[in-house]
Amino acid sequence: MSQLKDLLSNLSPAKLGEAIQKSQIYRSVFRVGVPVSDRKRMLVMLGNVFLHLHPVKVRKSGIRLRFTWCMGGITFFLFLVLTFTGLLLMFYYRPTIEYAYVDIIDLREQVPLGIMREIHRWGAHAMVISVWLHMFRVFMTGSYKPPREFNWGVGVILLVLTLLLSFTGYLLPWDQLAMWAITVGSNMARATPFAGYEGPGANLLTLGENIPLISSTSDARFALLGGTRVGEMALLRFYVLHCVGLPLVAGFLMAVHFWRIRRDGGISGPL
Amino acid sequence: MSKVNPPRPAAKRGEPADAGRRSFFSWMSLAWVSFTASMLAAGTATARFMFPNVLFEPPLTFRAGRPEELQVGIVDERFKDSNQVWLVRDGGGIYALSTTCTHLGCTPNWLSAEQKFKCPCHGSGFYITGINFEGPAPRPLERFAIDLADDGQLVIDKGRKFQQEKGQWELPGAYLEF
Repeated sequence: MSQLKDLLSNLSPAKLGEAIQKSQIYRSVFRVGVPVSDRKRMLVMLGNVFLHLHPVKVRKSGIRLRFTWCMGGITFFLFLVLTFTGLLLMFYYRPTIEYAYVDIIDLREQVPLGIMREIHRWGAHAMVISVWLHMFRVFMTGSYKPPREFNWGVGVILLVLTLLLSFTGYLLPWDQLAMWAITVGSNMARATPFAGYEGPGANLLTLGENIPLISSTSDARFALLGGTRVGEMALLRFYVLHCVGLPLVAGFLMAVHFWRIRRDGGISGPL
Repeated sequence: MSKVNPPRPAAKRGEPADAGRRSFFSWMSLAWVSFTASMLAAGTATARFMFPNVLFEPPLTFRAGRPEELQVGIVDERFKDSNQVWLVRDGGGIYALSTTCTHLGCTPNWLSAEQKFKCPCHGSGFYITGINFEGPAPRPLERFAIDLADDGQLVIDKGRKFQQEKGQWELPGAYLEF
C-alpha cells in the first residue's frame, strides 16, 4: 500500500518502469532482470525453457546467411506454420468417408479465408524442400562430423518424420489422387522384411508346408491401414498419425535436435 | 575414536556364509525377470491393439449369382466395386480374376473394344485370361478360388488365391468347369 502511495506521489515513466521491475509479478516472470551484462544475457538463455535449447553464444560466422542459408530455422518456422494452420483446419475437417472430401471443398468454398488449406499444403511442400536444403548445407559444410554425428542421426529421423507427415496428409483430402497414391504407397509395406506378407522372410514364417504365420490380415500393411484396403479405418489412422502421433514425435526430436547443437559446441564454423 | 566391527559369528555347519546376500540376489533376479516379462506382455498386447478383429469390409467369401447369368467371352463387372473381383466365362468354364494390378495395386479397367484390362496408373495391360502383356506389371492378375454352392450359386473365396507364375492355375479351385 505504501509502495502504491509512493508510486502515485511522484509518477514518472522512469520511476514507473523501476517500480514495475521491482514488483513481485515482474520478478517472478523475469528472474534475471534486464540483461545488461554478458553474464545476465547468459543467465537469460539458461533460465528460459525455450531459450535454453539454443546456444548461449553464436559465432558471427554461424549467422551468416551464406553459411547456413537459415534452412534449419526456416524448416522450424514452417513446422510452426503447419502446426497452427493444421490446428485451424481440424475445426472443420471430419475424417470420415462421408464428410472428408466435402469438408475439403467447403474449406475452400464456404469457410472464411479459404486459402487456409492452401497455406497448409504449400507450407508442407516448402518444408520438405527446406529440410532437404538444410541437410544439403549440413553435408556440404561437413557439420555432420564429430562431435555432431549424433545430431545428424536425429536429423535423419526428422527427415523421415517429415516425409511420413507428408504421406499421411496426402490421404486426408480423400479424392482419387489421395486414394490411389496411398494404395500404391502402402503396398510397399507388404514387402517389409519379416513383417509384410510378401516381404523377404515371409516364406520362412510358415508352419509346416503352407500355413503362413503372417497374411494380408496380420502384417505391417494391415496394421497401417487398419484393414486390407484403403478404407475408412485407414483414413482415421492416417488422420490420427498426421495430427497427433507424428507431430508429437517430431516436436520431441526437434527439442533434442536444437539442444544438441548447443551441447555439441554451437553452430559449426566455416571450413 | 574408530569403531571396530564386531567379528562375524562363524557360520554354522551346513549354512552358507552369507545367506542374506544370496537370497537378496535371487529375489532381485526374480523381480527383474517378472518385470521384464510383464513389460513384454504389455508391449505385445499394445501392439496387438492395432490389429482389429472386426473389419468393416465385405467378407472374403461371397455368393456371386448363378453361372448361367454369365455369357461366354464377356467380363462380368458386377462385383468389381463391391468385392474387387471380375468373373469371366470362357468356352470351358468360369474363373474369378482379382481386380488388383500386380504392379502397384491400382485397379485396371476392362476395355471390351480392345479386349484387355488396362491399368490407368502406369499402363499395365492384361489379356482377358489375366496374363500380362504390356506395361510394368511383373506377373499376371491373380485368380481367386471359385466353386459352386449347394443352391447353385457361385461362391468366390478371396482367402485363397492362385498365381499363374507359380503354376497354381492348374490347381483345383482356380477354375470352375461348366
